[in-house]
Amino acid sequence: MSATPKTPALLYDEAAWTFEDLQRAYDAIEVIALEDLGLDVYANQIEVITSEQMLDAYSSHGMPLMYRHWSFGKSFARDSTNYQKGYTGLAYEIVINSDPCIAYLMEENTMTMQALVMAHACFGHNHFFKNNYLFRQWTDASSILTYLDFAKKYVTRCEDEYGAEEVEATLDAAHALMDQGVYRSSRPPKLSDAEALAKVTARAEHERQSFNDLWRTLPHRTEAPEDEAQRQDEVRSIKLPEENLLYFVEKASPVLAPWQRELVRIVRNVSQYFYPQKQTKVMNEGCATFTHHYIMNELYARGQINEGSVMEFLHSHSSVVFQPSFDDQRYSGLNPYALGFAMMQDIVRIVEEPDDEDAEWFPDLAGRGDWRGALKDAWANFRDESFILQYLSPKVMRDFRLFALGDDGRKPYYQVAAIHDEAGYRDTRAALSQMYDLGLHEPNLMVVGADLDGDRTLTIEHRSVNGRKLEPRAKAETMKHLERLWGFKVEIVDA
Amino acid sequence: MSHFIDRRLNPKGKSLGNRQRFLRRARGQIKEAVNRSLRERSVKELEKSGRVSIPSKSTAEPRFRLDPATGKREHVHPGNKEFSAGDRLRKPPQGGGRGGKDASDSGDGEDSFTFTLTQDEFLDVFFEDLELPNLVKTSLKDMTAWKYRRAGVTVSGAPTNMNLVRTMRNAQGRRLALKRPSTDEVNELKERLFALESVAQKTKAQRDELADVLARLEELEARRRWAPYIDPLDVRYNAFQPEPVPVTAAVMFCLMDVSGSMGEREKDLAKRFYMLLYLFLKRKYEKVEVVFIRHTHHAEEVDEETFFYSRQSGGTIVSTAIEVMQDIQRERFPAGQWNLYVAQASDGYTQGGDAQRCVQLLNEEVLPILQYYAYIEILDEREMDVFSDPDAGAELWRAYRSIKDPRFAQTRIAHPRDIFPVFRELFAKDRKAA
Repeated sequence: MSATPKTPALLYDEAAWTFEDLQRAYDAIEVIALEDLGLDVYANQIEVITSEQMLDAYSSHGMPLMYRHWSFGKSFARDSTNYQKGYTGLAYEIVINSDPCIAYLMEENTMTMQALVMAHACFGHNHFFKNNYLFRQWTDASSILTYLDFAKKYVTRCEDEYGAEEVEATLDAAHALMDQGVYRSSRPPKLSDAEALAKVTARAEHERQSFNDLWRTLPHRTEAPEDEAQRQDEVRSIKLPEENLLYFVEKASPVLAPWQRELVRIVRNVSQYFYPQKQTKVMNEGCATFTHHYIMNELYARGQINEGSVMEFLHSHSSVVFQPSFDDQRYSGLNPYALGFAMMQDIVRIVEEPDDEDAEWFPDLAGRGDWRGALKDAWANFRDESFILQYLSPKVMRDFRLFALGDDGRKPYYQVAAIHDEAGYRDTRAALSQMYDLGLHEPNLMVVGADLDGDRTLTIEHRSVNGRKLEPRAKAETMKHLERLWGFKVEIVDA
Repeated sequence: MSHFIDRRLNPKGKSLGNRQRFLRRARGQIKEAVNRSLRERSVKELEKSGRVSIPSKSTAEPRFRLDPATGKREHVHPGNKEFSAGDRLRKPPQGGGRGGKDASDSGDGEDSFTFTLTQDEFLDVFFEDLELPNLVKTSLKDMTAWKYRRAGVTVSGAPTNMNLVRTMRNAQGRRLALKRPSTDEVNELKERLFALESVAQKTKAQRDELADVLARLEELEARRRWAPYIDPLDVRYNAFQPEPVPVTAAVMFCLMDVSGSMGEREKDLAKRFYMLLYLFLKRKYEKVEVVFIRHTHHAEEVDEETFFYSRQSGGTIVSTAIEVMQDIQRERFPAGQWNLYVAQASDGYTQGGDAQRCVQLLNEEVLPILQYYAYIEILDEREMDVFSDPDAGAELWRAYRSIKDPRFAQTRIAHPRDIFPVFRELFAKDRKAA
């Protein structure tokens, strides 16, 4: 019996890791990611944290800083209970769309897991954040942490000045409208309101420098006249219908104090920041999973990790991309990792070894010969809904044995609308694509009128798609929050 | 292009502020849940942190949602086995169904929200009802009593803890080893220097000597600076280590009337009474045993489950319980080795003449060896008003009024908040002692 000869090229050979191991592995991964795959990433900042810190990070959307609110405490209470009772595990990593890109590694991970996580987060997700059009257009990776820092301090200051309960009431109301606080179809007027942010911070800075205890005791409840004039101009420039309810309320509400408008804006900016992530779950996870899969295999091919590590990697990889069937106990919808990874592997196959079916379905892609370029195109220019519509091949539908189930709310049965056969490929694909179209699953609400000179009734139109109505109880509860922000009567009419 | 940061030593509990905001918001529901779980907990389990469920409505975060029961939509699922297009499947009852994640964690609907309270948070809520004085609360929540004792010397510490003898000894050793010039040596040279300089007309030899003395003096001063009198290296501090205060054992006898007149509410109140005493004893003593004795006209030792949840019919003779307690005490808990506490709860009725027997037993045999005897009479809320006069009341109450021993305390309760006064003396004593 002979011990496995220790290859000098091996990056590590034990499960326990040291910071030197991490750095060595990172460097090797970086070589493959940049030189072989040609990924384009933000600088990486990798932070090693404990499981308790991971739980902390969970509760505030994974962000390293966040303003204080009870709802984060609630999710923390739920997550930590579930974790302590062993109902759920913790994610191996959290990665943040910021520049530099921050990735958290858990200290409990083995060295192989750390390598996998670095490939997954620091290169897969990172490349996606930097290149996908949604993130490029709608989020500002370089300023998000500065902004959150500002938001946190601002909320704390408001709590000191106006009382935690007042602040909580405003935040609660704004949170209730978070889903309606984003621009879906139109571009935001300014990229995350960079100018407005600069103005607020400049003012805060000015206050700090010209600190005067006498001034501090004066209530800041009134708006400076020039701010008010500018805001009224902005209100006038809003063209109805307006899809961003939070934006409209923030600008036009007759009752909000300036600091409340700022709180609403904070919630709106946070919501907008996360909106691209909601629309790209399959692609984002698919991209990261594809990347780690390729890189780990490549590390093995280059002799930089040993068989044991590969087995460990494959074990966790296959549980990540495991897709139970619809009738399985463990089934809880399509697994975005599984679907994204399968589609991306499939793109490689179509580009490299297309068959007749692929030539018919993907004439531009089949045999193109450059799978790296093809994938990067897809990662850059699509979101889940369009990506599926464009790239889901009959082969993947057959592999997953996908079928579309029609649900007409009134009828006592479901009807199978299409399955993975010649007649059903296109319909199944279209149905799947629609499942990822947030516009169809989140209520489409628009401000159509605000009687600002009269009784100040705010009129909101619900544009129903496929005859779907608002859930009445949730509607009543949410309306209360909206009315609190607006201060006057709010009506929702069906279009 | 990368750097690693070790954040593991950063403070944890970043979510603490958020958690407190959440607990404050759900205060009312949490309190109800805690009270519910008190019923399920045994007296000894009180201190464990606990899972509580609260109705999620109180902390709901409503959003506009589409009603799953309206309109048309399609879902795509994996793993088709035998379906073809056009097949129909009956919907499971209740309309909803799989596929969507309707009303799961969104906090809507009637489901409840379950999470874990820490021990501290749990006790906070438990105490709230009992209206304990704040000082008592802190002393109850305090884990163990610690005493600091000497544990050698260390190289770091507060200036007040500096160990002068050790420090000076180290300094002297170092000075010797480094051959630090002594003050005498320097003074000697200085005297010589003074003598030489006071000569008005110096000879050549004197001038040479002066130069030589100056050079030597300078060298000595340099050496003295280089090897200081006391160096930070020499400093030692006294180290102290916390050590738990040695404590002894206590036994707590829970006596309760379980005849028909004691209902669920009465037992519930009694349970809190026992819990509070247990909590108190737990702080004071390392080992606390609990003995449950129930009685009707006949008394016996039982386990906790039976004690609180089973009923017996029969008359009421309180003295039987005291006698059983005495037997158990003599047999298993000799007074010299155990601190003895008794907590008795009853609705105040006992058979004619028995009350006198109880008083006699207590005065002559029991109280002399006890630490404390607390008696509560559990009343109806309406009765509470009627019996506002301490001299009126049931037979047992009136009889117990004659006991003048300071170790005996009695009170009437109808609400949880009435429980504490019976222990007031006990806790006050503890405070004075501490």
